[in-house]
Amino acid sequence: MAETEYILEATNIVKEFPGVHALKGVDLKVKKGEILGLVGENGAGKSTLMKCIIGIHPPSSGEIVFDSVQMKKYSTIDALNMGISMIQQELSPIEHRPIMENIWIGREPRNKVGLVDHQQMYKITKELLKSIGMDEDPKMLVKDLTVAKQQMVEIAKAISYQAKLIIMDEPTSAISGNEITELFSLMRKVKEEGRSIIYISHKLDEIYTITDRVVILRDGEFIASSDIDKIEVTKMIEMMVGREINDFFPKIKCDIGEVKMRVEGLSSGKKFQNISFDVRKGEILGVAGLIGAGRTELIETIFGIRKKTAGKVIIDGKEVDIKSPADAIENGMAFLTEDRRLNGIFPVLSVKINLVVANLNHLVNKSGFLSNKLIVKKCLEYIKAIQIKTPSQEQIVMNLSGGNQQKVLVGRWLMTNPEILFLDEPTRGIDVGTKAEIHKLISELAGQCKSIVMVSSELPEILGMSDRIIVLNEGRLTGVLENTKELTQEEVMKYATKRELQGENNEG
Amino acid sequence: MKANNSEKLKNLNLIFSKYGIALILVGMVILMTFLKPASFPTGKNILNVLNQSAIVGIMALGMTLVIISKGIDLSVGSVLALAGVVAASLSQTEAASIKVFENLGPLPIFIPILAALAVGALCGSISGGLIAYTGIPAFISTLGMMTVARGAVFLYTRGQPVSKLSEGILFFGSNMFKVIPVPVIVYAIMIVITALLLGYTRFGKSVYAIGGNINAAVVSGIKVKRNLVLIYIYAGITAAIASILFTGRVASVHPGAASGYELTVIAATTIGGTSHSGGIGTIWGAVVGTLMLSVLTNGFTLLGIDPYWQQIVQGMIIVGAVVLDMRKNAKKA
Repeated sequence: MAETEYILEATNIVKEFPGVHALKGVDLKVKKGEILGLVGENGAGKSTLMKCIIGIHPPSSGEIVFDSVQMKKYSTIDALNMGISMIQQELSPIEHRPIMENIWIGREPRNKVGLVDHQQMYKITKELLKSIGMDEDPKMLVKDLTVAKQQMVEIAKAISYQAKLIIMDEPTSAISGNEITELFSLMRKVKEEGRSIIYISHKLDEIYTITDRVVILRDGEFIASSDIDKIEVTKMIEMMVGREINDFFPKIKCDIGEVKMRVEGLSSGKKFQNISFDVRKGEILGVAGLIGAGRTELIETIFGIRKKTAGKVIIDGKEVDIKSPADAIENGMAFLTEDRRLNGIFPVLSVKINLVVANLNHLVNKSGFLSNKLIVKKCLEYIKAIQIKTPSQEQIVMNLSGGNQQKVLVGRWLMTNPEILFLDEPTRGIDVGTKAEIHKLISELAGQCKSIVMVSSELPEILGMSDRIIVLNEGRLTGVLENTKELTQEEVMKYATKRELQGENNEG
Repeated sequence: MKANNSEKLKNLNLIFSKYGIALILVGMVILMTFLKPASFPTGKNILNVLNQSAIVGIMALGMTLVIISKGIDLSVGSVLALAGVVAASLSQTEAASIKVFENLGPLPIFIPILAALAVGALCGSISGGLIAYTGIPAFISTLGMMTVARGAVFLYTRGQPVSKLSEGILFFGSNMFKVIPVPVIVYAIMIVITALLLGYTRFGKSVYAIGGNINAAVVSGIKVKRNLVLIYIYAGITAAIASILFTGRVASVHPGAASGYELTVIAATTIGGTSHSGGIGTIWGAVVGTLMLSVLTNGFTLLGIDPYWQQIVQGMIIVGAVVLDMRKNAKKA
């Protein structure tokens, strides 16, 4: 058979689920030793296509040729043994077991008697890790690794399977800064060894940094393929969304009023120390920093989820004592959390209860029982106002798309009629179209004189939306910056990685 | 056309997944009516089935709250026994040869009832308090309570049965109110109260929220710890109410009474579709689950089948119900 330059050739892949036409004849070719970016909005068919390739869902029709072999009816294990590995977005390692057992699970080396040969396993793991530039001890427990290192262990595992094609689904959604750089340099190394990578991400700047070529999907159709250096970002987005988006950060300029909330010398154990800042009415305050800088912990402490060890919070000139989220809500605060699944949605409950859960105190009738009439009316109002796409209020929330789940959470908090909104990574993992909608909403809220504190790891978002920016590094406040046109991502990053405490931050 | 058909199929699926267990109960009733037309579908037998359901049924109501909140309460059988011996000890007549309290005549009926409720609430608040404030798993906390409460029963009674009880408490056993047995009336009242509590109060919604995602419940301003304690107190109270019916029925409470009831109660709740992964469950389901077990017992008796078979079938039903339930939930994901 003639040698081809492609490791994977998937042609005219069609996938139908009952009632849904998920893939409508998609072509996907991956060259040997290239990093291919796969982009598209949520629901474009990226995941379905990947599931077809790794053998979870057999395609309804179409042809998959991998490594010059026609693939027919195969399982994920077959795919793995053929050399296709996938690293899921949400890693699920066996956290309390060592690295080596995570890598060799199910195929542990055995000694003559048939028992697991731990020494041999240790040795081959050590070599494997070394080959990708990791010097961690193979006996280290996976739970003690950072998310980025866990990703790397997954890559090591893929290599141990002699993977020729590695699929990575949003690997950077939970890491930032140096960790991303580290991951990318490992990916380049893997590529140089002649392996191929399919890289799925919503973060277009990363697509431009790491990929060689990009394939764009929309509504289950192949839209375009291009070398990365031959496609403009605006063009790429237009192809993904199917329409032109002129304004990603539709910031409405509004008058910023007096100080709404002031935080003074706030500390919470080792997580962060001595942080002071204020936020004014109608202001969007961006909170920048690397993952682990203490941003989420700061918000959690103000909101009463974590115990503060020092400092105070002042609202409208009066010190408030917030001991629980209930107190915070009482004081007009709302908190859109970072991790929807961890502490945002109630997956098995209805859209209705997900919307009203933070507002039950105000939905009772005269006799103290919940008023279903009032609840239904409120929900209808908010579903309409923020355009939540759901067949009914009774729909189980986990059946909605990620973007719509996020809107349900936004609705939950707006219903409490808050004056101070904490938004932690409000657009993480959300596609470009919905992102712009959420940005618009945030802007409108600031326009209604609400105070917004927005944590984000995406610097374009911070720079695009904020009036002022505070920067944290390792639990310390390292900068308070006015967001002028001249402020650059590099400048913010400088503060995010700065070691010293504040005191010399007047240059911003 | 095709879309229409699949729509219909979807609806049928939906109906089955929603009412599946109830449909099976209806099927069992129809089958029994067909097999034993003279003895099964009579008013007397049906009231008998309901009467037999009351004790487990009332506890299953409390257990439903517990399991929706992603917990479990293994102590309800022992708590029933403890509340039962306390209530009985305060209702012993002069005729009793062995008495817990030597010179105590039967007290007005509200006193033993209140004492039993207090015992149930106390046990529940301890189990719930431990779960909420130390973070130990519900399984461990209530396993401890199960053992402690049973020990307390033996200590309290010195290992002797408590018997010769007053008319007041026997009334709650099998007496009739008009034609309806008193336990059936108490059960009906408890169903209504619990359904209101779960469906129409902030506490009820918070039970679902805690089981659905405890972290999100905290962020949403729900007083998770306080509500967890209340949930186990409610379970303790249902055990106490069941203990009054139990004491009235058996008229002599043995220290080993109601051993293993917790498993029947958990079985009834589980068969009724309350999910052990939390956030899912209805009072309606707990009632159907309980009735199913009662109809099964009743049916086996009427058909003259070896009662030992009943346990085997019951075990299979529990597992079957959960398998059905998981399939239904897996489809949604």
